[in-house]
Amino acid sequence: MKFKLSSGLFIFLTPVLLWLFLLIVIPQIELLLMSLRGENNLGEPIWTFANYLHFFTEEIYWYTFVRTATYAIIVTVLTFIVTFPVAFYITKVVSKRLSVFLTILLLVPFWVSELVRVYGWMILLRESGVLNHIMLSLGLIDKPVEMLYNDISMIMGLVYTSMLFMVVPLISSLEGMDDSLIEAAHDLGASKWTIFTRIVIPYAAPGITSGSIVVFMLALGNYLTPNLMGGKNSLWFTEQIYNQFIASFNWNQGAAFGFLLLLLSSLIIWVGLKMSKQQLGRVLS
Amino acid sequence: MPVVLDIVDLTKRFADFVAVDNVCFQAEEGKFFSILGPSGCGKTTLLRMIAGFLEPTSGSLQIRGKDMLGIPPNRRPVNLVFQNLALFPMMNVADNIGFGLKRQRCPKKEIASKTEAMLERVHLSGYGSKDISQLSGGQKQRVAIARALVLEPSILLLDEPLGALDLKLREQMKIELKNLQREVGTTFIYITHDQSEALVMSDTVAVMNAGRFEQIDTPRNLYSRPASSFVAGFVGETNIFAASVEDISPTLRLRAENGVLFKATAMQEMAGAKKGRLFIRPEAIILEPDSGLDNLNRFEVTVRTILFDGSNTKILAMLGDREITVALPQNQQFAHITPGETVSAGVHIDACKCYPGE
Ligand SMILES: Nc1ncnc2c1ncn2[C@@H]1O[C@H](COP(=O)(O)OP(=O)(O)OP(=O)(O)O)[C@@H](O)[C@H]1O
Ligand SMILES: [Mg+2]
Repeated sequence: MKFKLSSGLFIFLTPVLLWLFLLIVIPQIELLLMSLRGENNLGEPIWTFANYLHFFTEEIYWYTFVRTATYAIIVTVLTFIVTFPVAFYITKVVSKRLSVFLTILLLVPFWVSELVRVYGWMILLRESGVLNHIMLSLGLIDKPVEMLYNDISMIMGLVYTSMLFMVVPLISSLEGMDDSLIEAAHDLGASKWTIFTRIVIPYAAPGITSGSIVVFMLALGNYLTPNLMGGKNSLWFTEQIYNQFIASFNWNQGAAFGFLLLLLSSLIIWVGLKMSKQQLGRVLS
Repeated sequence: MPVVLDIVDLTKRFADFVAVDNVCFQAEEGKFFSILGPSGCGKTTLLRMIAGFLEPTSGSLQIRGKDMLGIPPNRRPVNLVFQNLALFPMMNVADNIGFGLKRQRCPKKEIASKTEAMLERVHLSGYGSKDISQLSGGQKQRVAIARALVLEPSILLLDEPLGALDLKLREQMKIELKNLQREVGTTFIYITHDQSEALVMSDTVAVMNAGRFEQIDTPRNLYSRPASSFVAGFVGETNIFAASVEDISPTLRLRAENGVLFKATAMQEMAGAKKGRLFIRPEAIILEPDSGLDNLNRFEVTVRTILFDGSNTKILAMLGDREITVALPQNQQFAHITPGETVSAGVHIDACKCYPGE
């Protein structure tokens, strides 16, 4: 389809384009330039790749990134495992009216900020928290246990904050699926498991992929939850970036890390798409 | 002929609504069996019980002598062609057709050859690698039928499979489906609300109304000897009159709503009935009948409209204050008739069928 950019449309688009340009493109270019700057031995500013090389030579940065990416993948998989039955139940099992109600119920917690929700978990889990209090008074334990500040609680928190972004695309793709497809497969001799793997999952694949991309990116780029629930040793890559900017005032290094995060996560998503034989265009449509 | 499907007193109740009410029938091996009924009469419900998607409230259901109650759909020797086809959009044509064979752990080679043979059978050779979205309505239809037939079921169930097609294609698919059934020899149980589909294709038709079977018969008998007032009105085109009974013996005489007196044939016991319904087929009405003919109800009609449709031409005429449909014979004998003309007409007593009731 071809259409001419009429002057009316142009006027209409100008604020949007301007906004995109000023707030997104220019800062990115600025950061890119910054990440390529450095100082030579004499302390003079020069163009250099040193900031990028640093990432590959210093083991800790490299290790932190791999750890973050691995955990982000685990979070994505777990989020899918947790939300898929929910989405299936809402769209295929219950009646239409109940399904609308349940969807709203699912979204309500996400109306409050992530910070508040994470604090909610902390109130539940911390040493002097609700859970410990209950277990103590039931006599299940005799001294409080620290359930926060470890990898498991951090992953749980990340899964919780990501759920919305998985469940919405899942619901919308499953909603489009005709129930008679499931019945037809059953009629043609398929067991429940085969129906799930051969009909439901392939049908929902675009929703699963787009949900997974969003959850993966958000988990990877999350700062709040790993910091609050994972504690000091959470070793999340965003903390490294934060440290470079805020703690060491090394903006050039921080900018380079930021770009590395963008590039490497894009690479991981590309590999993921190739492996699952999905096309980005189809997923987004 | 051995019986493939034997259904006794099958009933399905949804809360206090009876969707299928004490249905009994048998379908013979290799026959084309249709269930004909208006929308909402319980056809799909009955079919879903046969396929195994619904458990009957009571009654028994046997296929080839084996009790089917409690057996899930994937283990019944029947396959269903869905009302909306339900082809798998993420698979191509060949994978759709091979889906069931794969579930039976058929070797790959055999799947490929059976799929190809089936595609040929439904005139879709070479379409195996196409996507479902690339097919036309009629082609999708054939894929859906092929997908079920390739499993060689004891019974193929079809739920209004031609419903979504346009008229022309429907006419063509009717004939194709009938031929296909004869070639493969599978028992077809075909659901429809279109009486012409049922009459054209079937060996046996069951007419269903409000959850019950009114009559199970050959298409010819259904048309010429309807067992009930409902069947007479539902199967084939007909002129219907509400009438009051004037006399029962020696001949049944009725005064129709438009005041015309008819001698008629009672199709059910009329003793004690005050009201009746009178059915006269359009082709039973003879224009300008010979004065020597006996046992004829004679009257005059005024022609209003001529509905020219080739060999199927009809006229709409006024009999008293009622409009009736009269089919013209094919020999162009009445080509001269024009609207406004008054013509003598007659109908044989045997063709005036009367049932008791309002
Ligand atoms: N799950 C259900 N719960 C309650 N009532 C139902 C249910 N399924 C069907 N019915 C009712 O049973 C009746 C028969 O439905 P069915 O789908 O068998 O009709 P049908 O003859 O196939 O009609 P159509 O030609 O429109 O497809 C309808 O009145 C319908 O409202
Ligand atoms: Mg139906």
